Amino acid sequence: MPDGATPVLDVQSLKTIFRTRAGDVHAVNDVSFNLRPGELLGVVGESGSGKSVTMMSLIGLLPSPPAMVSGRGVMFDGQDLLKTDPESLRKIRGGKIGFIFQDPMTSLNPVFTVGFQIMEPLRTHMGLDKKAAKIRAKELLELVGIPDAARRLNDYPHQFSGGMRQRVMIAIALACDPKLLIADEPTTALDVTIQAQIIELMKELRAKLGMAVIWITHDLGVIAGIADRVMVMYGGQIVEHATVRELFTNPQHPYTRALLTTVPSVRKERARRLTVIEGQPPLMMAAPDSCPFMDRCTVAFDLCARMNPQRYPVNAGHNVACFRADPGIAAPAPQVAAHA
Amino acid sequence: MLDGPASRKPILQVRDLKMHFPIHTGLLRRRTGAVKAVDGVTFDVMEGETLGLVGESGCGKSTCGRAVLRLYDITEGSIRLDGEEIGQTSQNALRKLRPSMQMVFQDPQASLNPRMTVQAIIQEPLDEHTTLSRAEKQEKVLQLMDDVGLNRRFAGRYPHAFSGGQRQRIGIARALALNPKFIVCDEPIAALDVSIQAQVVNLLEDLQEKFGLTYLFISHDLSMVRHIATRVAVMYLGRIVELGPREALFRNPLHPYTKALLSAVPEPDPSLEGTVERIILKGDVPSPANPPKGCNFCTRCPQVMDICRTDDPVSREVAPGRQVACHLYDPSKLPAGMKPAVPEASEHQQGE
Repeated sequence: MPDGATPVLDVQSLKTIFRTRAGDVHAVNDVSFNLRPGELLGVVGESGSGKSVTMMSLIGLLPSPPAMVSGRGVMFDGQDLLKTDPESLRKIRGGKIGFIFQDPMTSLNPVFTVGFQIMEPLRTHMGLDKKAAKIRAKELLELVGIPDAARRLNDYPHQFSGGMRQRVMIAIALACDPKLLIADEPTTALDVTIQAQIIELMKELRAKLGMAVIWITHDLGVIAGIADRVMVMYGGQIVEHATVRELFTNPQHPYTRALLTTVPSVRKERARRLTVIEGQPPLMMAAPDSCPFMDRCTVAFDLCARMNPQRYPVNAGHNVACFRADPGIAAPAPQVAAHA
Repeated sequence: MLDGPASRKPILQVRDLKMHFPIHTGLLRRRTGAVKAVDGVTFDVMEGETLGLVGESGCGKSTCGRAVLRLYDITEGSIRLDGEEIGQTSQNALRKLRPSMQMVFQDPQASLNPRMTVQAIIQEPLDEHTTLSRAEKQEKVLQLMDDVGLNRRFAGRYPHAFSGGQRQRIGIARALALNPKFIVCDEPIAALDVSIQAQVVNLLEDLQEKFGLTYLFISHDLSMVRHIATRVAVMYLGRIVELGPREALFRNPLHPYTKALLSAVPEPDPSLEGTVERIILKGDVPSPANPPKGCNFCTRCPQVMDICRTDDPVSREVAPGRQVACHLYDPSKLPAGMKPAVPEASEHQQGE
């Protein structure tokens, strides 16, 4: 992928605030990133880190109120999605942008056949007639590896297993040949052997169809096996952004480092004791004026409490939101030894 | 394994445990079949160890954990807790035994009564089973809160005021209230975020050391099981397919299902990622109401033989402490000319 290629998606300073009775929740704070054609961008973070809300904000899936989405721009395919009217956005969703959700049971409609649900986007977005849509639906089911596709079109979601349902979801998301596929924890609800099947399928489909993919997950192992680039999110912000190899071999943010050591490996001798990230994630009830990870960080110093760090470059394509990465700031030596 | 669990005495002995749930259909609700959630499971849990019970959803691991505590009336089999047979004991008689066997549940949100304070939740087992005075109970509750790392000042609060990890600590304190010997932990960390999981696992290990607890640790998270378990049992469709000491089992899995299961776990370390040989299983787990003939795994096994489709393999000890239920390791079941797969000489597990 040449660096000069026009990005499929270019997000600038995205902010999402939820107005609730208990006060404003700053769920997404100044998030900027882009995605090149054919690239797979992994988004990692724990629950509440803002990874799903970011993606839903982009494509107008959040009801407003309570959500308030703002930003300098979300450029997709030559238009700014933040300025697009709801009707045109609806045409883009399911058309040029496909979506796969976490739980295939709740995201498929139980009272319609799987065939009907795959044909729906084909007919509304691509204007195919019933016959053509049916042929295409069968092709799609074959593409995602469902045996006996023609017959299974007439089955209802409950007649499929969890893994097969997720394949159906993928078929629906791919129906209109999307330029961008957003997969929100697509394998989290699945068992590990079924997860391996779906990851294998996604790799094949990407090689075959060449769409750009955003893959949201909390599982670093999944990301390591599939992504080109990774963003780590914490407290509604991107705290680190790097190529997958760089992130795992040279993590810079204290949160990324801690995350990598807190998860034991199934292939390594057990550590005597697990590394713990003490404390709880932030509540995000105010716009951040300090580093969101400060309270749990083992190497924080006075500046971290006064300002929210910008992202400093570490390497080509690798940047990190931590004052310790800024060569211009003389950070005091860490009091506790950093995660060895 | 030199001075490991082998020299200790078993606290729990389970023999051929079956837990079948009837299926009733038709107008007359006749019994037409059974979901064989647990179908003939045999294992021991040694005093002071952690036995990890792993498998995918629907394999019967949670049912097994609940059946062992007699939360169900079991279909068949024998359960001995500390030498005492409890398999057929009436629920009434079991009440006296409950203090020695406790459970930590998966979802701390659902297993704590939202209308009870933390004090009342942790105190409930004391009310039920002891004759302590009010002041003694109060003191015991505060002591338990210290043990699990909860701030004493929060004793009057309700569960909703706590985060997921803290709620799980409340559940653990409640399980500890009666000084049990044996605790079943049913997916205790599955509902928690990764950064909180490590906190709870470390706490469970500390408590085990401090109070000499024995755990049956049920989980689908193989990496965590490799961390916490002394020995590991792998379940598939109601059966234990393999059982062995932790390091031996993870380093050199024997059963084709264990091999596939371990290879499917995503690897976060890029230096290891290249060395992983993925075995991608075809298809889905069959229904436990209608398991296949022969070996339960024969529909998905990459190394399936003719005999697997007709004969049910029995669990055999193929190396010290290592049991596997697979025809590949049974010389009498292999076709002529084929040698049984011999496990590598089992390495001694590192002492703790």
